[in-house]
Amino acid sequence: MYSLNNVSLEIDQGQIFGLLGPNGAGKTTLISMLCGLVKPTSGHFTIDELNYTSHSSKIKKIIGVVPQEYALYPTLTARENLHYFGSMYGLKGSYLKDKVIETLDLLGLLKFADKRIETFSGGMKRRVNLIAGILHNPKVLFLDEPTVGVDVQSKNAIIDYLKFLNKNGTTIIYTSHHLGEAEDFCTNIAILDRGRIYAQGTPSSLIAATEKAQNLEDVFISLTGKDFRDEL
Amino acid sequence: MSYKIWMSFVKEFLLLKRDLGGLIILFIMPLVLVITVTLIQDSTFKTVSDNKIQILLVDKDKGSVSKTVFDNLEKSNLFSVVTQIDNQPLTEEVAKEYVYKGKFQLAIIIPKNLSIDLQTKIDQNVQNIVSKMGLTETDSTAQSEKPKVIKEKEVKLYFDPAVQMSFKNAVMSSIDKMISQIETKSIYTTFQNQLGEGNVEFEQKSFITFKEIIPKINNKEVRPNSVQHNVPAWTLFAIFFIVIPLSINIVKEKSQGTFVRLLTNPSSNLIIIIGKTITYSVICMIQFYMMVAVAVFLFPHIGLPSLNIEGHLFLMSIVALFSGFAAIGFGILLGTVANTQEQSAPFGATSVLILAAVGGVWVPVFAMPTIMQYIAKSSPMNWALEAFYDVLLRNVSFVEIIPKISLLFLFFIITTSIALFYDKKKRTV
Repeated sequence: MYSLNNVSLEIDQGQIFGLLGPNGAGKTTLISMLCGLVKPTSGHFTIDELNYTSHSSKIKKIIGVVPQEYALYPTLTARENLHYFGSMYGLKGSYLKDKVIETLDLLGLLKFADKRIETFSGGMKRRVNLIAGILHNPKVLFLDEPTVGVDVQSKNAIIDYLKFLNKNGTTIIYTSHHLGEAEDFCTNIAILDRGRIYAQGTPSSLIAATEKAQNLEDVFISLTGKDFRDEL
Repeated sequence: MSYKIWMSFVKEFLLLKRDLGGLIILFIMPLVLVITVTLIQDSTFKTVSDNKIQILLVDKDKGSVSKTVFDNLEKSNLFSVVTQIDNQPLTEEVAKEYVYKGKFQLAIIIPKNLSIDLQTKIDQNVQNIVSKMGLTETDSTAQSEKPKVIKEKEVKLYFDPAVQMSFKNAVMSSIDKMISQIETKSIYTTFQNQLGEGNVEFEQKSFITFKEIIPKINNKEVRPNSVQHNVPAWTLFAIFFIVIPLSINIVKEKSQGTFVRLLTNPSSNLIIIIGKTITYSVICMIQFYMMVAVAVFLFPHIGLPSLNIEGHLFLMSIVALFSGFAAIGFGILLGTVANTQEQSAPFGATSVLILAAVGGVWVPVFAMPTIMQYIAKSSPMNWALEAFYDVLLRNVSFVEIIPKISLLFLFFIITTSIALFYDKKKRTV
């Protein structure tokens, strides 16, 4: 039994690619593999023509990762967290300081820069979590449920900022349960279930290809069914 | 790379600075521990009058032997002899009850007629020897008289069941010695009376004595005391307790998701480990210097001997640093293997206690059973403790501690490598 089986994907530069699927479909495992967190038992993938097995550190320099959890130190301030994570990408000095200020400002957090993360709301944490993954201007950005559990304002700010990054050349690969959000946001989508890809294409092409489908949710239900995926 | 290590150090430092509970565990608790344990252990061996152990003496003999036992016990500075309770002379039954209920730790019961019977027995033996040697006139009536049969006498000792074996052994050995001396003295006196008709005097002072030769440094005797033994042992114990906050730190990084972020950035795991190692090594050294400072400057003010570190501080610092490495390696391994703080904290605490026990912090390794001695020799706490004793008490040079500190460093390398390997293996699906 494997988490993923015969998955084959090609994502072009500049796309906003959505990986959609029910719980346990293998979305997080796939993203974890693509960002080098988990080693596949077989198969390979390349990013920007670089193979992960032989060029993992080069790949890590050009990718950014925004995990599902608030991957931040709660007792450090937003600025301290961002300086630390930025430095781990080799950023330093005034460039790092300015970049932190600039992104905090863009996401409406500059006045909270010196407050501890533990005092932040869920939406504020999500925004800092996003900044920590993009300080080094990655070519490819992986996001695992970046808008889960946040208010509408924070969600809009995050989506707008991601669109801004994409306009500036960043390829975005993200997972979400918000099908409406994905339909509006993504240029391409893959629907994943039980470790396999069931369909992929642009949101409109997927809707058109599915009988009686009005939106992406109809496509999703048609492909993955209505059964619960509760497994222990 | 050095900037990344520096930033890791800053991050770890800030995390610790903002964790009050962690800081108390790291800095205050070891000091409380070393002061408390040294005070307790020092008083165990101290021979001061206000520190005497009260013992019960039931004198059924009322003779010279029981008087000598009483006098010697009183003179020993270790015991205060109680012969009456509530103005009532003690009986064996009462004494037994008091001891078994834990109100006193020891009762000594001197049997009836001990002095008379001892003297009679000695008289018989001496008479026998002297007559065999033909040194006295033989009396035909006396020869035909059968000597009175004297039964062996027993001095009974009742111990509080909660008393430790080491205390029991020490008391039994000193009472045994005291009784032997009384017997010997009586034999000499009887011989003297038999042979010399009062004119011959035997030298009754022991011919063979022993003297402890104290090691000298710069012509000055260096007498080891409880502080010289306890401070290194408990300092080491505290250094190893770093395993708990360090493993919790790693478990937290995993549960918070920050570890995921660190794994996906281009910095190698080595930088993260070096950052943690430097931070926690600094903490170990601060702990060490704090404890040494307390032992040198505070101890004399609370009635303890001062720790003598003259000429040893540099080598002691090296041992402390390498002990810290061993503890950090163990902490990294534990933090990597454990999934929750509930796993890492109790396991960390218990394993440090086991390592301390096995390493000889409480019971010296030479006093352990053979199998435990072998196990002790493979314990990092034992390598570190022996290295401390080598420096502090055996006055060795740097070259002589190299094998022990190398083992400590090897332990750090092995545990860290296992942690890295385990983590890599765990991340394969």
